[in-house]
Amino acid sequence: MTVHSTSPQFKQNAARALSDDQLQKALGNVKQGFIDKRRAAADKLPEFEALRDAARDIKNHTLEHLDLYLEAYEEKVKASGGHVHFARNADEARDIILGICREAGAKTVTKGKSMISEEIGINHHLEANGIRPVETDLGEYIIQLRNELPSHIIAPAVHLNATQVEEDFRRVHTHLDAKRDLSEPVQLLTEARAVLRERFLAADVGITGANFLVAETGTSIIVTNEGNGDLTQILPKTHIVLASLEKLVPTLEDVSQLLRVLARSATGQEMSVYTTFSTGPRRGTDADGPENYHVVLIDNGRSSMLGTSFEEMLRCIRCGACMNHCPVYHAVGGHAYGWVYPGPMGAVLTPSLIGVDKAGHLPNASTFCGRCESVCPVRIPLPKLMRHWREREFERHLTPATVRSGLRFWGFFAKRPALYRLATRVAMGTLALAGRQRGRFSWLPMAKGWTKYRDFPAPQGETFQQRWKRERKGAAA
Amino acid sequence: MSARDDIFANIRRSLGVKGSEKIRHQIVADRLERSPKGVIPQRGQVSGEERIALFKTMVETSLATVTEVASAAEVPQSIALFLRNHNLPATLRMGDDPRLQAMPWSDTTLEIAHGPSEGRDLNAVSHAFGGIAESGTLAMVSGHENPSTLNFLPDNHIIVVSAKDIAGDYESVWNRVRFAYGKGTMPRTVNFITGPSRSGDIEQTLLLGAHGPRRLHVVVVRD
Repeated sequence: MTVHSTSPQFKQNAARALSDDQLQKALGNVKQGFIDKRRAAADKLPEFEALRDAARDIKNHTLEHLDLYLEAYEEKVKASGGHVHFARNADEARDIILGICREAGAKTVTKGKSMISEEIGINHHLEANGIRPVETDLGEYIIQLRNELPSHIIAPAVHLNATQVEEDFRRVHTHLDAKRDLSEPVQLLTEARAVLRERFLAADVGITGANFLVAETGTSIIVTNEGNGDLTQILPKTHIVLASLEKLVPTLEDVSQLLRVLARSATGQEMSVYTTFSTGPRRGTDADGPENYHVVLIDNGRSSMLGTSFEEMLRCIRCGACMNHCPVYHAVGGHAYGWVYPGPMGAVLTPSLIGVDKAGHLPNASTFCGRCESVCPVRIPLPKLMRHWREREFERHLTPATVRSGLRFWGFFAKRPALYRLATRVAMGTLALAGRQRGRFSWLPMAKGWTKYRDFPAPQGETFQQRWKRERKGAAA
Repeated sequence: MSARDDIFANIRRSLGVKGSEKIRHQIVADRLERSPKGVIPQRGQVSGEERIALFKTMVETSLATVTEVASAAEVPQSIALFLRNHNLPATLRMGDDPRLQAMPWSDTTLEIAHGPSEGRDLNAVSHAFGGIAESGTLAMVSGHENPSTLNFLPDNHIIVVSAKDIAGDYESVWNRVRFAYGKGTMPRTVNFITGPSRSGDIEQTLLLGAHGPRRLHVVVVRD
C-alpha cells in the first residue's frame, strides 16, 4: 500500500484549484521566478546543452547495466561499514525502516526532504508505531503541520502564502509569545530555525533521501540549500538513506556531470548550497557523524519499467523544471494531481506506479505544448510518454464513452480529407459569423467544459489549410 | 525468494539479460576503473591569478564574502577583523587541523574552543580540502581535523583555503581525493559548500540562514 491517491478525481481537484484564490495567488510565484532563473543560468554556461546530452547518456548507460552497478554499489557500502537493505514495495520499505528505528530505540526521527519517503508514506507508519517523525526542510515542515502532501517536488509549500504559514505557526508553536510579530517571511524562517534546531539535537535517527548513489565508492549524495539534510544526517546516532533503484550512477565524474545540470534546471543556481557525499558511518578518529549508516533501496515498480518505453522516465533527477514550465501546473498546482508526484513528470510516473486505471486523467492533463521536454535536463520525452499512456488507456477501454465517441467522430472526418476540409470550412465560417460582434464566445454547445472558465475566441473564418494554400500561392508569385 | 534476489531477477528479466554476460561485466568494470570525464566547462579551465580571480568572483556570486591574506600567519588577525566588523563576539570554534593549529591565534583576543559543535556556537572556522573556481565551491572533508558539525551548526562559518588547493573543476578535486584516500575510497563525508544556507520555501522569497550558517566567509591564503 502506498500513499492514498485522489488522482481518479483529477477533474474535481482541478475545478476546486481553479476557484481557490489563495492557491491562485501562490501559483503566481511559480510562473515568475523559476523560468527566468533557469534561462539565465543555462545561458551563462555555453556547455549547458552538451551537459544535458551527457546527463541523458549517463542515466541511459546506468539503467542498461543497473543490476551490475547495484552489485558494485552494495559491495562498496558494505566495505565502508554500512548496511544495504532491499525493499520490493512500500510495505517492505516501511517495515525495514521501522525495524532500524526500533533497534536504535528511537523516539524522534528527523527527516530531510525525500520524495520516496512520501511515496511509501513512512511518516504515518512511524507515528502509528509511537515514533515521532519531524520534517526539517522548511517547506516540508510547513506542510507537515498542515497534514498535506508536497505540491511541488522541490518547493513543497509553493501552494501557500506567508499569511497561511503564520496562522499555522501560531496554531502549533503555542510555547511562544502570542503577541510576537510574524508579518515578515524572515520572522517565520527564524522561528522555524529555532524550533527545529532543538529537534535536530534531540533526534535519535535521521532519515534522508538521496539525489544520487555512486557505484564506484558506495556513496549517497544529498543536495540542499538549507543545510537541513546535513543536520539530519550528522547529528543522530543512526542515518537511514532512502533511495529508489534509479538513483544510481557509476562514478564521481558522472555525478559531477549531473550536478552541473541539476541546480541550474531546478532553481537557476550554479550549484545548490550544500552537496554532501556520505560514505558509511563515522570513522575511528572522527569527532562527529552517525555511528550507523543504512541504505534502503526501494523498487516499488521501477524494475518493471525497465525495458519498456517508460524506462526513459527513470532518468528523472527530480529537478522540477517540467512543472515549473507547465501551463497546466501553473493553473491547478500540484495537489490536483492527487498523488506524490505532480506536473508532467508526475503525469508519466504516477500511472506507472499506481496504475493507469487510477491515474489515467494525469497524462490527459497536458496541452502537449512541449515546454517540459524542452527544459528537461535529461531529455525525457514527456509528451511522447504521456501519449503512450493515453493510447494504453484507450486500448484498455478506460477512456470515458463521451471521449471515445468524440474521438471516433473526429477520426471519421480525419480519415476523409475532402470531407474534413469541407466540415472545418463550414464550422469555422459559421463560428466566425456568429462571433463577429464580440470576437469571443462565453457559451458554446458541447464546449461547456471550456467556456466555464474562459471565453472561446471566435475564429476569423479561414481554416489553417486555406491560409496555408493562400500564403504558399502568395510566396510562389 | 529474498527481496534482494527478487529485485535483481526482475531487473534482469526486464532488461533481457542473465547477469552473467562477460561483455556487460567488462563494460561496467572498465567504467568504474577509468571513471571517464564528461563535458568540462571552459569557464574553470584557467590557471594562476585568473583561476583565483574566478574563484573569488563565484564565491561572491553565491552570496558569501571572501578576503585574501599573504600568508597563514595573517589568518587569525583577518578573522578577528571580520568578526569585529560584523559586531560578532570574539569567539571561535575549530577542530585540530594542523594548518589551523600552527596559526598565531594568541596574537588576537579571540576566545578559541576546540572540537565538534553541540549547536550553541556562534562562530567556527574550518580548513578546506580545496576550492573549485568554476562555481565558487569549497570542498570539505570530515574528520577530527575539521568536524562536519562546524560546517552547519554555527551562525557564522569561516573557511580557510590555500590558493594552491583551488582547482578549476570538480573532477580535479576528485583526483586529489583519490590520491589521498585511494581509488574507490572516500572520507566519511565530503561537503561541497557554495554560499551560506538559504531557503525560498516561503513565497519563493530568498532568505539566508535557514538551518545552516547565516554567513559564510572565505579566507584565501597565498603562500
